[in-house]
Amino acid sequence: MSATAEEIRRVLRDHARLPVDVDSIDDQADLFRAGMSSHASVNVMLALEDAFDVEFPDSMLKRSVFESVAGIDAAIQELQKRAA
Amino acid sequence: MPIAIGIDLVGYDEIAEALRRGDRYLRRIYTDEELDDCGASPRLLAACFAAKEATMKALSRTDQPIPWRSIELRMRHGAQPSLELTGAAASLALARGVSGLSVSVTHSSQSAAAIVLASTGEMS
Repeated sequence: MSATAEEIRRVLRDHARLPVDVDSIDDQADLFRAGMSSHASVNVMLALEDAFDVEFPDSMLKRSVFESVAGIDAAIQELQKRAA
Repeated sequence: MPIAIGIDLVGYDEIAEALRRGDRYLRRIYTDEELDDCGASPRLLAACFAAKEATMKALSRTDQPIPWRSIELRMRHGAQPSLELTGAAASLALARGVSGLSVSVTHSSQSAAAIVLASTGEMS
């Protein structure tokens, strides 16, 4: 697992309030179906911004960005690429 | 008159967690008018957020980016709560043919819930 994915899972563990162990969830699994509420996704977004020193623009405020570890990973990589 | 319904429930503890991020959280999610109405009350902010999410559900959002600030819950003291859409949310409502939105909010000791009805077509 990449360092980014590991940090994303730490953020999810601390803020997504999932009723299951985040390590039992596949990278592609739907986090909303797994129990993440809409407001928990906001708390996840804010924590990700702090953890990776990025800011999600309005264009990324959509369900697909936050619905899986893989989706978050892709968004973080995109934001880091833009900032480089 | 066809209608679509959206509903959401938000715990006050979720809001309290976000408030620890300070102004960044408030400015990303709520309009100036909502902040005037709610201050930093987790109870009132939870109702606002639930109304925003319920509206997105009623508008059958697929994967469009809809900033939370483009949906505003107005709940002036003594008045019936109402919704005001701007920007991306207003465009989505137009595309869906929405002619009216109704909202109701309620509170328990731990959470707030909102339900939104979006009506389409001619109002009767």
